Amino acid sequence: MGKYVVKRVLLAIVTIFIVCVITFFTMNAIPGGPFAGEKAKSPEVQAALEKRFNLDKPVGQQFVIYMKNLLHGDFGISAKTGREISDTISSKFSVSAKLGVMAVLLAVFLGVVFGSIAALCRNRWPDRLIIFLSTLFTSLPSFVLGSFLLVIFSVKLGLVKAWSPTNQNLILPVIALAMYPSAYITRLTKTSMLDVMGQDYVRTARAKGVAQWKVLFVHTLRNALIPVVTYLGPMIAGVLTGSLVIEQIFTIGGLGAEFVQSITNRDYPMIMGVTIFLAVFMVTMNLLTDIVYKLIDPRINLD
Amino acid sequence: MAEEKNILSVVDLHTSFTTDKGEVQAVNGVSFDLEAGKILGIVGESGSGKSVSAYSVMQILEKNGSIKSGQILYKGEDITKWPEKRMRDFRGKCCSIIFQDPMTSLNPVFTIGYQLKEAIKLHTNRKGKEAEERAVEMLELVGVNEPRKRIHQYPFEFSGGMRQRVMIAMALACEPDILIADEPTTALDVTIQAQILELMQDLQKKLGMAIIMVTHDLGVIAQMADEIIVMYGGRVCERGSAEDIFYRPCHEYTKGLLRSIPNVDSMGKRLQPISGTPINLLNMPKGCAFCPRCDEAMKICLEKQPPETRTPDGHFASCWKMIQAEIESGMIRPEDASGSGT
Repeated sequence: MGKYVVKRVLLAIVTIFIVCVITFFTMNAIPGGPFAGEKAKSPEVQAALEKRFNLDKPVGQQFVIYMKNLLHGDFGISAKTGREISDTISSKFSVSAKLGVMAVLLAVFLGVVFGSIAALCRNRWPDRLIIFLSTLFTSLPSFVLGSFLLVIFSVKLGLVKAWSPTNQNLILPVIALAMYPSAYITRLTKTSMLDVMGQDYVRTARAKGVAQWKVLFVHTLRNALIPVVTYLGPMIAGVLTGSLVIEQIFTIGGLGAEFVQSITNRDYPMIMGVTIFLAVFMVTMNLLTDIVYKLIDPRINLD
Repeated sequence: MAEEKNILSVVDLHTSFTTDKGEVQAVNGVSFDLEAGKILGIVGESGSGKSVSAYSVMQILEKNGSIKSGQILYKGEDITKWPEKRMRDFRGKCCSIIFQDPMTSLNPVFTIGYQLKEAIKLHTNRKGKEAEERAVEMLELVGVNEPRKRIHQYPFEFSGGMRQRVMIAMALACEPDILIADEPTTALDVTIQAQILELMQDLQKKLGMAIIMVTHDLGVIAQMADEIIVMYGGRVCERGSAEDIFYRPCHEYTKGLLRSIPNVDSMGKRLQPISGTPINLLNMPKGCAFCPRCDEAMKICLEKQPPETRTPDGHFASCWKMIQAEIESGMIRPEDASGSGT
């Protein structure tokens, strides 16, 4: 297992390096730059800025300098705000992650509970209702759902403030963010539960005299959750790193919004910083998924 | 009293399954007795209701199946009336079952030790270390080497034969009065089959439980069983001692089965299979279930179900052909064969 983790970490470094290369050179290939096109600056200022951000050097050399700084843990400063990239990312990520963690917990809870109910009530009305709703929520785009929630709960019913400068109520964005994954997990759990419930070892457990609820939660669910866990890793990474759409609709200054803004601004250091952060996060989540996978299914041989 | 001799009596059991195509009557009026410490063999082909009869005793039928009528008497008490909570104590403690396919009958994500201890903790007062000791002891008993190491392993680290040994250990851990073996050797290769059967006989002598051996393998039955019931189409065709069934079969189906297995006398000759295909349980004939495939079928076989009748040597069979022979030879009067329309 230790050997496996080391191997995966080394591979991850290669992956992240490739991500850096591609991002850096495509970013530079796009016309314009951080200091182009806006209000006129004197040539001296322009030159000074370009020198500060190494834009006066050839792209290849820029890349080498960037990677050197990166190895020292230096992401540089934003070309727009002048703040440290790492500070910006950590503060923005904490907002997205707080929202994301709540959404993930909600999605897993709803998904597993409703998926199990659907499997247990197969072909009866609770199953039909749950599957109808999960189909609805998997096909409903998040911007439609988000806007709906805002219109209904904030505008019409006035239950939740649409926006507050100090203490934002996260309930609506959490719901909007959680609906798609929970619908997906519901379907996954149902299919997988039905499969496992027909297995011989479930019958063996019953024949031993194990209580019905224990057969369900211990013998069935643990096997049924294996496919769910596979989906969970990438899903958590996706949800935690922020959804641009949801963050825009609910005016939450998270990482998703920051990422898009940095691209429009051609804020090179910021684009690189956020991309690398997302790549590292994604790779880590995938590795964690594999390890958890091994923990719940002993048959998986990681080496 | 006869009641006390029989640890288990099944009386006129009817079990059926609700499916999209209609009600499937898998077990149709099956009765048998199991004496304490004896081995009862249930033989029959696929779909004859032998496994369903066994699952009915444990009440571990699939969701769509249920016992429609009949009694299952365990030590004289009708367990079909027991609530689920009491049945949980029955399963594993009074009566255990081992299944056909050891490869899929153990939960892949729990260690062997966990699965053994689960059964032990449920039905005995043993906890923690004591339960573990019992698990080790049981594995040793069924012939698993290095049990102390093996209890920490997962089912995928065991071979088929070893897994079946584990299943047996699990079933016997709480010393049940009855062990149901549902085709315990079908999925194993021949050398392992012999080992497992030997082990079961051995354990039966040591622990003294009664065994219900469900199988389609007449060889297995001949080797093990004291009493045999032969099933076809959810009904019992013939029941009697192993000798009666093998040497003095009276039902045409039993005779057919015996003709279709190779033995020393039939060397060099062609085996005679039973022609036709198993009956469709959705569409049961009015008369004898075996009638469409029976070479000796008569008109009455089509119309009426044969009643269970005592054979000349004293076992039981349900066959018009036999009843007719007995009437002709004057052994029974026509009115004794209840329901006979001759």
